[in-house]
Parts: sequence; C-alpha cells; structure tokens
Amino acid sequence: MLIYHYISEILFFAFIVLTFFGGILAVRSKLIIHSVLGLAVCFLGVAGLYFYLDSPFLSMMQILIYVGAICIVLVFGVMVGYTPTQIAEKHLKGKNLVLAVMSGALVFSLMTAVIFKSEFVPAAKRTGDFSMEWLGRSLLYDYCLAFELISLILLAAIVGAIILGQGGRGDN
Amino acid sequence: MDFIANLPPHFFRIPIALTLVISLVFINALIMVYLERKIAGHMQFRLGPMEVGWHGLLQTAIDAVKLMSKQLIVPDKAHTRLFRIAPLLAFTPAVLPFAVMPFAPNLQAVDINIGVIFIIAMASLNVMAIFVAGWASNNKYALLGAMRSVSQNIAYEIPVLLSLLSAVFVVGSFSLGDIVGYQGKIWLFIVQPLAFLIYFVSSVAETNRAPFDLPEAESELTAGFHTEYSGMAFALFFLGEYTEMFVVSSIATAVFLGGWHGFPLPFFEYSSVVWFLLKTYFLMFLMIWFRWTFPRVRFDQLLNFSWKYLIPFSLVNLLITAVVVKL
Repeated sequence: MLIYHYISEILFFAFIVLTFFGGILAVRSKLIIHSVLGLAVCFLGVAGLYFYLDSPFLSMMQILIYVGAICIVLVFGVMVGYTPTQIAEKHLKGKNLVLAVMSGALVFSLMTAVIFKSEFVPAAKRTGDFSMEWLGRSLLYDYCLAFELISLILLAAIVGAIILGQGGRGDN
Repeated sequence: MDFIANLPPHFFRIPIALTLVISLVFINALIMVYLERKIAGHMQFRLGPMEVGWHGLLQTAIDAVKLMSKQLIVPDKAHTRLFRIAPLLAFTPAVLPFAVMPFAPNLQAVDINIGVIFIIAMASLNVMAIFVAGWASNNKYALLGAMRSVSQNIAYEIPVLLSLLSAVFVVGSFSLGDIVGYQGKIWLFIVQPLAFLIYFVSSVAETNRAPFDLPEAESELTAGFHTEYSGMAFALFFLGEYTEMFVVSSIATAVFLGGWHGFPLPFFEYSSVVWFLLKTYFLMFLMIWFRWTFPRVRFDQLLNFSWKYLIPFSLVNLLITAVVVKL
C-alpha cells in the first residue's frame, strides 16, 4: 500500500537525522555527558536503520548491547570522573588536529572506495533470508573463524580488566 | 468514507491498542498503590487508608489529582532539558513491552518472533533514563542513587536474560505467543524451576523493590535518583515503576506459569484473560509480600548475590538445558 511506503520513507529519514545529529552531538558537545547521550541517540538511530532494513533482531541487539551496555559503561566512567557541569578539556589543536583530519579523511576515503567498489544486489535477489536461524547458522558455520577471533578479543579485554582490577583501589 | 475504508487496518488497530495499554497502565498503578498500602497496613496490624471512599478505595485517585495539581519544580542548577525529559524516558520503555504481551490467544498487539529480546532491550533503555534523571538533578544524593540503581540494574539484567534464555531453549522460539502455546502441555515452571526462581528474584531486584530497594535509602540517600522531582514528574517515575512490576510479573506468567492457560471458568466467557491477570497479580502480591517481610540487604551483599550466585547458577542451568535439549 502506498501509505505504508510513505511512512517507511519518513521513518527512514527520521532515523538518518537521528543518527547524524546524535553523531554530531557526540563529537561536538562541550559537556562530556552530552557526548555520551549523543552517542546513545546515534546508536538508537542505527538500530532504527536496521529495523528499516527488515532486520529486527539486529536492531534489538543494537539497542541491547550498544545503548544498554556500552553507553552504560561510558556513563559509569563519566559519573565517577566528572562533575555535572565540568567542561571537557579541548584536545583538538596543533598536531592532534592534523592527525585527526588525516585519519578522518583516510577512513572516509576507504569507506567511499568500498561503497563504490561493491556490487549492490538488487532487492529481488536476496543473499539470505536474514532470519535468526540464518544469522546463527552463518555465524557458527560459515564465518566461524571470524566469530571466534572476535570472541578472543573479548577474552583479552576480560583478562585485561582482571589485571587492572587485581591491585585493588590502592592506598589513596 | 472511501478514504477511511482505504486506510490500512493498522491505522485503527494501533490507536485502539494504545488506548487500552495506557488505560491499563494507569488503572494498574492506581490499584497497585492502593493494594500496597492496604496489604502493608494489614501485615502490620493496622488498617491502611480508610478515609476516602469505602475502605479508602478512592485514596489513590485523590492522590493522583493532588500530584497533578502540584508545581513542577526544576532546581536552579539542574540541567533543565535533560531534567524534564528524564521522566518520559523512564516511562516510555516501561509501556512498550505491552506491544508483545500475550494476554489471551487473540489479545496480543503484535507477535514478533523476537518478543523476549524486545522486552529485554526495552528494559535496558530504562537504565539510561534513571541515569539521566540522577545526573540532570545536579544533586549528590540523586547521583549516588542513580549510580546504585544503574549498577544494580546491569548486575541483575544478566541473570534475567540467562534464565529467560533457558526457557527459550526448551521451547525453541523467542516469540511469546509460541512460548505460551508450548505450555499447553506442561508449564515451564515445572521444567525449569531454577530458571523461574532466578528470574523472579532478579526481576524483583530489577524493579528496585524491597528487599533490593537500595537506591531509595531514606536515611542515607533520601529518595535516590528522583529526590528532586515533584508533582507529575515524580508520578511518572512511580507509574513507570509499577508498570515495570506488572511487566516483569506478566513475563514470568507468560514464560513460566503457562500464560493464559487454565481450565475454563464457569461464569466468564474470556477466562484466558482472567487467568493471565490472576497469575500476574498473584506474582505482584508476592512482591508486595516480600517488601513487608524481608529485611533489606546491604549493597555489597546485593551485588555479590548476583555476580557470585545468580549468574553462575543460571549459566549452569543454561548449559544443562542446552545439553538436555540436544539429547
């Protein structure tokens, strides 16, 4: 139906705006807490885009893991380390600025190259049914090695956390 | 009329479902506040509210009117915009799980195939709202209360997820409709008693209720993260809390206690809804009972209980379930 089409178009642009302005807020705001909240908004926008792409499972996982876990961990750091109105120090100057622009340009050009190089499959020719079964099968059978390698990184992070936590809080 | 007839059915279905859900949320909060005070009273050999209406029945309605007429005070040094938005952020994710709640065979707004994950994701959004409220108040009690609340919530989210997962393993589907349908033969409470126990204990903690109500320690933290809130803003946090109580109890009902299954009742045509609500309110009564009988725990005990007992036990339970299902 036509009306569904309009609604989905509107939602698509709403999610784009959410992601974009969330990202802007995350990098540009002076209060560090705004950055975290901007990041959360950005993640929510990305979750919406996954939903638009007919992958509700991924979109829920995005909310559960990125908003519900990663942002909360960041929040803990902020709550422990900053007072509410403290302005974050500005590090973006001199050598840092040059490096930031360079790395940003590099990532941007690589992404554009990937986008222009890759062949986009028309909607009629789906490469999988993208259901949960399909996802689980492809993660645990077809791309098992990559999946296990990612979990190795997580293991390293856990070991690192244990080593950091081992000393306790110290005397001060 | 042609135009209306051409509109897709969801245009009517969604507003009707929304109206029902919002009225359920408000009525549930009214009933629960009344029951809480009444049961507390009788457990302590007093009568509870008696003045307004028959046995104080109208007490909470009058309280709600009072709260609505109060001024919304924003503290001078608070972050105004975030302070205002936080109650809405806390309330909205508490209401959204109703979209997938199977009240009866045909009374479910949408039956998405990831219902359980949807509910858990919404619960994790709630944590963000508590943090925003505590931080934007610019009050050390609010901030400390929010920190407690957030650390408690993320500690108890894991056993909730793991215990629900073991139920999902048995059924083989994330859809709440399928899970309830499976329990026509046998309730999952019998197959997965440990998972049910872990789920219920951790969901009591997730809703920040006694004996785990440490974010609201009057003697040390005043009212926790909503210390600075007044009027309807405060009421929205309360509504969110009671709605969350309803949501976790009805998930426990749907996943472990057979949902709407039950023998047909003699005088009701829609006995499945009655069964669902009866089971849900029984679990909520249990929560109130806990509150007035158990002494509250210390904060380190609370976190240790989750990380050292509930999570390992639920992991072992999940492993055993996976092995048994595979056999």
